Amino acid sequence: MEARDIGASGPVGVAGRLEAPSRRLGEKAIFAALALCAALSVITTTAIVISLIGPALGFFGEVAPGDFFFKAEWAPAQELFGVLPLVVGTLSVVLWGLLFAIPVGLGAAIYLSEYARPRVRKVVKPVLEILAGIPTVAIGFFGVSLVTPLLQDIWPGEFLGGPPGFFNAGAAALCIGLMIVPIISSISEDAMRAVPGGLREGAYAMGATKRRVATRVVFPAALSGIVASIVLAFSRAVGETMIVLLVAGNTPNLSLNPVEPIQAMTAYIGVTATGDIATGTIEYDTVFAVGLLLFAITLVANLISIRLVRKYREVYE
Amino acid sequence: MNDELEPRTERVRLAAAGARSTTTAVLSGQGTREVLKSRVFHALLFLAVSLALIGLGALLVDAFVEGEGRLSLNLITNANSNDPAEAGFRTAIVGSLYLILFVILMVVPIGVGAAIYLEEYASRERWWNRVAEVNIQNLAAVPSIVYGILGLAFIVRGPIDLGFMLFAGSLTLTLLVLPTVIIAAREAIRAVPPSIREGSLALGATQWQTIQRQVLPAAIPGILTGVILAISRAIGEAAPLLLLGAATFVTFDPQPFNADTGWTALPVQIYNLAVRPQEEIREVAAAGIIVMLAVLLLMNSFAIWLRNRYEQKW
Repeated sequence: MEARDIGASGPVGVAGRLEAPSRRLGEKAIFAALALCAALSVITTTAIVISLIGPALGFFGEVAPGDFFFKAEWAPAQELFGVLPLVVGTLSVVLWGLLFAIPVGLGAAIYLSEYARPRVRKVVKPVLEILAGIPTVAIGFFGVSLVTPLLQDIWPGEFLGGPPGFFNAGAAALCIGLMIVPIISSISEDAMRAVPGGLREGAYAMGATKRRVATRVVFPAALSGIVASIVLAFSRAVGETMIVLLVAGNTPNLSLNPVEPIQAMTAYIGVTATGDIATGTIEYDTVFAVGLLLFAITLVANLISIRLVRKYREVYE
Repeated sequence: MNDELEPRTERVRLAAAGARSTTTAVLSGQGTREVLKSRVFHALLFLAVSLALIGLGALLVDAFVEGEGRLSLNLITNANSNDPAEAGFRTAIVGSLYLILFVILMVVPIGVGAAIYLEEYASRERWWNRVAEVNIQNLAAVPSIVYGILGLAFIVRGPIDLGFMLFAGSLTLTLLVLPTVIIAAREAIRAVPPSIREGSLALGATQWQTIQRQVLPAAIPGILTGVILAISRAIGEAAPLLLLGAATFVTFDPQPFNADTGWTALPVQIYNLAVRPQEEIREVAAAGIIVMLAVLLLMNSFAIWLRNRYEQKW
């Protein structure tokens, strides 16, 4: 940490004090060009916000925000613009997905950080991270071709209203869960490994078993990192498009039941905005209104997770 | 002062809580129960890791089993076709290659430039530098479909107005992977020890000379690794391209700067095939997934080789 600080600010300070007498225009031009590169990221964010807000304002000029947020029917073709079914559809997939991914991801993180031998860890960790690199189209295909049929086969009778159909939220949730497991396990494991060894040794010295050290000492100490990983995973899951598009279907449905088909916010955007939709129509504008809502949800989640990660870094590194 | 004390009290609190709970456990004679609980806990952890690994394995095996029947050379050399026995991915692969080529040409200079600025020039005391930093972290987690909306509103239409050309897709993907490249390049640059910079500056080199001749050469393997990993994300990305006109059925090679001819990319064509109900077409989709995963595996192995080959201990 100390070395890093010197690396980031040291040369700047040195150059500032030992400024050359000539004005070094070349150096200044390079500085400007580099700063411009960094500024591009801020420009991108601004462009995203502008591109979303413009048409969304047009949309809210014609549809009352109250109708958009609180009406329970979504059928733009019939001029019904209540976004709740899309939001609940997304939540259904995300919450069931987290229900799978949190225990699996945290279990993997505790195992890798506290239990696994270094050699096992060295193999298992990168293999888990392969999962994070698999294109979501491939995971969606896996959902359609294996997870859904499997669920239909093993479904216990009429539980929750019978076996899931061809499109269902449950299989999509499992696929999303699989996709976010490496996010949870990898960031949580980093947070757990950042917990100083002294804390563990102290607990062992008092006669604690490994399980108690893991659950009562390491887990609470790494909590901010763990929560950050879950919030980030939530944000990824909310923004995932291809899996919900392929596995969960395109039926707006105000239900959290995993056997039913739903339409997620991202899926609506993906299906509606494919190519040749006419600009200026209200249907075109719905894409931006839903997109703005999606962006706002993920933005809040991202900012929370960035802040939490910074907190555990400040405490221990 | 307070900054110093705060984390310490936190640590002390945690250590004390852990110590207290263990002592009460030992004193209340929960010894044998604890042994059993520990075993069960260990087993559950092992189960969690296994579930994740089984999921990954099942995914790979499933794609292979479903698509293995269609694995042949004409899968790569044939264009898309209505006849599933003849359908191939040539146009989609060429489309993906063009996309990635332009992404690399744009994202490497911009991403590395931004990383150099943030690591070597930017002072953390200035608020705009902190804003840029948080902003980049946030951009890295913005849903890809939102980038699709940006591309549709700003690049295909609106201010830039390119129309539905492949290059508009490249621009959008560049913005999508840029934050990842910047973050990776910063890590690599930060890993170059400050003594190298100080030595160079002490010998009278200017700041840019130091960066150009000392810092960058030392950081290049790390930067390349990060770039390859970011690019492999771009290869598999389908969602934003759906909004940029890539969804069309294309049977001829794409022209990247022509907005009228239509284009597609590998993951988009896989999606278009996977939504069809016919068994034979799904088989083609699975074969396409195998091709895509093979390309990604190749790139990732190269990244790992690069990292091991040039790994440097200071």
